[in-house]
Amino acid sequence: MWQYTFKRLLQGLITVWFIATATFLAMHSVPGDPISGERAATEAIRANLAARYGLDKPIGEQYVIYIGNFLKGDFGISYTQQNRQVNDIIREHFPVSATLGILAVLFAALGGVLWGALTAIYRNRLPDTVIMFLVILGISVPSFVFAALGQLALVNINNFFGFSVLPVAGWGTVRHMLVPSLVLGMGTMAYLTRLMRSSMLEIIHSDYVRTAKAKGLPAERVFLKHQLRNAILPVVTVLGPAIAAITTGGFVVELVFAIPGLGRYFVQAVQQLDYTVIMGTTVFYGAFLVFMVILVDLLYGWIDPRVRVQ
Amino acid sequence: MQEPISTEEGFTRSAIKQLAVLGASAVLIIVAVMYLLNFAASLTSTNVPGAAGAVDLENNEISIYLREDPPQLDTTRATDAVSGLVLGHLMEGLLRYDENFEIEPGLAERWEMDGTKATFWLREGLRWSNGEPITAHDFVFAWRTTLDPKVGSQYSFIFYPIKNAEAANTGTMPLESVGVRALDDRTLEVELEQPIAYLDKLVAFVTYYPISEKFYKSTNDRYGADAESLLYSGPFTMSSWVHGATLRMEKNPYYWDAENIPLDAINAAFITSDSNTLLNLYKDKRIALVDLTAEMLEGAMQQRWHLDRFMDGSVFYIEFNHRPGRLTANLNLRKALRYAQDDGELVDRVIKLPGYLPAKSVFPIWLRGVEGTFREEYPAPESEYNVELAREYLEKAKQELGISEFPPIVLLADTSPVATIASQYYQEVFKKNLGLEIVIDPQIFRQRLAKMSSGDFDLVLSGWGPDYNDPLTFADLFASWNLNNRGHFNNADLDAQVRIAQNSMDPKVRMDAFGEIQNILFDQVVFIGNYERGRVYATHPQVKGIVRRAIGAENDYTRAYIVPETTTP
Amino acid sequence: MSEMNSISPAKLSVDDFAPLAHRDDVHGINRPSRSYWQDAWRRLKSNRRALFSLWLIIFLLAFAVLGPLVWQVDPSRQDIDQISQAPGANRSAEIVPEYTAWNGRVQPGFESDAAGPRTAADANSQAVRLIWDAVPGATALRLYRNIFAIDNELAFGLPIAEFTSTEAGFYEDRLDLRPDTYYYSLVTLDQSMNLTSQYQELAVDVRRVITLDEVRERELVAADAELAVGDQVMLSFHPMGTDYLGRDILARLMSGARVSLFIGIVAPFLFVLLGVAYGSTAGFIGGKVDQTMMRFADFVVALPFLLFMILFQVVFGIGPGESGIVPMLVALILLSWPATARLVRGQILQIRQEAYVSASRLLGARNYYLVLRHMIPNTLGVILVTLTFAVPSVIFTEAFLSFIGMGVAPPTASWGSMSNEGLATMLTHPHELIFPAIFISLTVLAFNLLGDGLRDALDSRMRSLE
Repeated sequence: MWQYTFKRLLQGLITVWFIATATFLAMHSVPGDPISGERAATEAIRANLAARYGLDKPIGEQYVIYIGNFLKGDFGISYTQQNRQVNDIIREHFPVSATLGILAVLFAALGGVLWGALTAIYRNRLPDTVIMFLVILGISVPSFVFAALGQLALVNINNFFGFSVLPVAGWGTVRHMLVPSLVLGMGTMAYLTRLMRSSMLEIIHSDYVRTAKAKGLPAERVFLKHQLRNAILPVVTVLGPAIAAITTGGFVVELVFAIPGLGRYFVQAVQQLDYTVIMGTTVFYGAFLVFMVILVDLLYGWIDPRVRVQ
Repeated sequence: MQEPISTEEGFTRSAIKQLAVLGASAVLIIVAVMYLLNFAASLTSTNVPGAAGAVDLENNEISIYLREDPPQLDTTRATDAVSGLVLGHLMEGLLRYDENFEIEPGLAERWEMDGTKATFWLREGLRWSNGEPITAHDFVFAWRTTLDPKVGSQYSFIFYPIKNAEAANTGTMPLESVGVRALDDRTLEVELEQPIAYLDKLVAFVTYYPISEKFYKSTNDRYGADAESLLYSGPFTMSSWVHGATLRMEKNPYYWDAENIPLDAINAAFITSDSNTLLNLYKDKRIALVDLTAEMLEGAMQQRWHLDRFMDGSVFYIEFNHRPGRLTANLNLRKALRYAQDDGELVDRVIKLPGYLPAKSVFPIWLRGVEGTFREEYPAPESEYNVELAREYLEKAKQELGISEFPPIVLLADTSPVATIASQYYQEVFKKNLGLEIVIDPQIFRQRLAKMSSGDFDLVLSGWGPDYNDPLTFADLFASWNLNNRGHFNNADLDAQVRIAQNSMDPKVRMDAFGEIQNILFDQVVFIGNYERGRVYATHPQVKGIVRRAIGAENDYTRAYIVPETTTP
Repeated sequence: MSEMNSISPAKLSVDDFAPLAHRDDVHGINRPSRSYWQDAWRRLKSNRRALFSLWLIIFLLAFAVLGPLVWQVDPSRQDIDQISQAPGANRSAEIVPEYTAWNGRVQPGFESDAAGPRTAADANSQAVRLIWDAVPGATALRLYRNIFAIDNELAFGLPIAEFTSTEAGFYEDRLDLRPDTYYYSLVTLDQSMNLTSQYQELAVDVRRVITLDEVRERELVAADAELAVGDQVMLSFHPMGTDYLGRDILARLMSGARVSLFIGIVAPFLFVLLGVAYGSTAGFIGGKVDQTMMRFADFVVALPFLLFMILFQVVFGIGPGESGIVPMLVALILLSWPATARLVRGQILQIRQEAYVSASRLLGARNYYLVLRHMIPNTLGVILVTLTFAVPSVIFTEAFLSFIGMGVAPPTASWGSMSNEGLATMLTHPHELIFPAIFISLTVLAFNLLGDGLRDALDSRMRSLE
């Protein structure tokens, strides 16, 4: 187990290095000039700015410096906010995105499992049809439409009740977290519901469940220990990629709900060609995702004893 | 003992019961996690969530929004409008603009101009927000720092009328030789390269604000990064800044005019650029003011909101690439393009926002002339929409250029919504009326500028916002030495007129020069005017006194005040 | 019974026995023999939802490919008179003379002794010309325009002009005039340019008009039709309405379908192809080569997809006039192939150990024969299912990229960019958002259901019991 973990971690580090290099190459192939501004600058000023950001050195040297700094944890200064360290930007904004992401994953996972189990139990009856219809909506409506409609609904709700039931946008209290993370997790929740449903249905008709029932086991044990626990496995498998999707897809929700998350910063950085923020964020996200996937794989091994033997 | 499972129905019921229990515990888990995360967040940051709504009569504060997190609050480097807005409330310079865009005393109580020398006398008892006195040395330090080539400020050019400023900025002369010095703590003497008539307008600009040298050095290269790394000389201080989330400004007790500032605090409680979100926030009574898009007007009228409009000062136009050898360097082609489009149609029917005016001249309508407005005294030459005439000029152009058909013409444009609409509109208009193939090249802002500078375009949708309230800020746009003249228009007459306007002290002479420049720009079809930009906005009925400006801080809340609810609008 | 007793075994001879007639059908198989594929197809056909989705996909493809042949309207033609028009809106217009600038004179027929604001000429969508008399005691005046009547809330509407002279004045309003009733108010301002509660009101009905030249130019009537000022014509018909530049939405949906479906089908096809080639090679060769190849695939998987997607878009750049489809396609392919490769490789590894493979090899089959003829066909099920689920994911990604401004370049339309543009007008002109969003949803739904159906039909192991 430990050997496996260690091997995976080592691979993870190499992967992160790969990500960093790929990002570096990508950024430096972009046509255009990160230091130009609206008011044209003289040659002297441009030369000074270039020197400040180390752009005047040959690319090979820039790469070595970049990797060196990156190992030290220094991602440099932002191009657009010239007195903010990229580290600070990540440090201040990533927890917000993470909070949003964690809650969205929780909603998606718990919701998916519960709704999926519900539809499996009530198969082909009214609750099943209703929920599956909602699921189909959930997987076929784009996220930005969801976010816009969600916010509109909030405005109307607040209007109707005459006081602020839930904040329309913003961040900072528990009430601010509810709707954005729900919107963010919606698509994944729908997908997981379907997955859970088919998984449950498969199990309901399997041999060992029939045996358990025939044995006369009490309902709780059959349901919980056998059905639910085994049905969850496929859901856990896709949890890794689902986390990935949610973490990087947070941008829409962050924009519509005015949430100061890292996703929004990243897209703005791309729109303004802020090299350092782009590179720092990409590498950071990449590293985060790599280690998340490793974690989930280990978790999977813990849940499913069959896998552990490997 | 539990019952053995006898029926399918019983099994289902029991399963549902368990699910319900699981569901309830899931809800509890989620709620618990939310509180936990929120608690963890509050330990590491000083987040100030959206306060008590748009208007808080009791605490005398209002909530507003910002379109983005101010990228640069270091006045030596600030270039954008959002930073300008925030800085306009936190700092002040020697002089400032009043509600009618006239110059009035700011930190300086009086000033005198005498040839190439100008002297400013600061008020008595000026203090920074930490109690330290504001002195003339602070101005000297700030101006020198901006000109320091190592700082690389993009606005250093605004100091160039000052003696040796340009030389110091390019590194050929030391910073100490720049023509500004503190005669004593309260007297600032400025020496100019030549006498200029608009110095008072210049020094109101944000780059001319003072900075305390002692404080600047104490921040260790992090000046402007946070609320703690700034010192305030204006009506408000920044009491907290959570990047990307909120920004809170509180009344500055050390400000010299503090008793005339009605509000106690301004909360920038939301930072987002999504216009739908902002509208929703306004409807939800979370922000006191919102700019409306054309689509929101109908809803606004239905809600019976009181609407205002103002011109934000900027002018937008299609700029040509005048470099020799390019198609657009041909005057007849440019004339053809101008006659082929109806400048009212874009504004009236496509953009549809009151406040937008067709741009008949590079000088916007609100600029002052000698006594009245400039455009009243020097009316802009009129063009017309005449497709036949346009086609004639097109033929002439073809003959002069020796081609039978025009190749595709590149129209460079931003990715902003209005630029997208305008570029597609013009593409269709020129195709329909002249049979020209226009190819759109959408680039993000920085790339667009880079391509303009390298001359990689034929037409470009471009614009200019004023830096100070004098026509010169627009007039020198197409002077051959101006780096912002990215189309490389080169005309000796224009250059001569710009020099006259720069160097003369006589208002009439200067305005005549501007009038000439306006004519040259029209005759030579240096650009095709698109629109002068305006905004329509709604304000919370209990908030009065908000000033919106074409120069300086776009929204000025320094004189805003709250009225109790019962007053009718 | 008695007869039986009469035949004794010794009495039987050869002649007592005769062969039965030859019957061919005794050992026959009673049902036709089916291959795996025919079986799967049968299962698929019986799945109603999958069948429905198949028809839906065929419809969408026909919409994209054949649609423009049926509805021959140029998607980039701007009908400025009908901007953001809802489907089914009134589109009649009256013909009037060309527009000429106004000097403030009152048109014949519009003289009046009334005080206060009044129209000086015919009010139509070309211009509304107002004049008014001097307002005593006012420092300045502001003209407002509303589409609702002014009530006691004094909600005047849009401020459209300001006048510092309080003499009799005139104004020509040309701002976005639609066939509607407009309520103008001339409000007095006080010394500090604030509103007072004194105002004068005027309701004006505006009709839509068009000039003779424009009618001819847009070919709204037959070339030989005789038209005169005062006649009514119908403006062009737009079954789904128009967008913010007056372009026909149905035509744009069709050209957008081409873009969205092209990317949505070609990209998955290509990256699945790439993944199959890569994965089957790795799985077949095995050993160290397999390990290295898979490590590389893992690295690519680890790249944060959306981030790199955006990066690639920026890096490859979009040249002037290009639509940006190719960079997006390339980026999608480069980033999505590893998942398929992994899947295929896993399958190949399993199949390698099957008996029929060894048997075939013993019989002398070459490697490529084994791969192409035995292994890949057996993984086709998995591949097909991956393909059908990849399509909706790509379409969503394209829509998302358009939302953040990294999608196709204007004026190329795609369903994603149309949805994004429609978001801005969601409240007033929802049709601009609804139609493209519906098409995206339908496509995504169809491919999802088809994928489910294929999975059920192709692999009994993978079959869901829905």
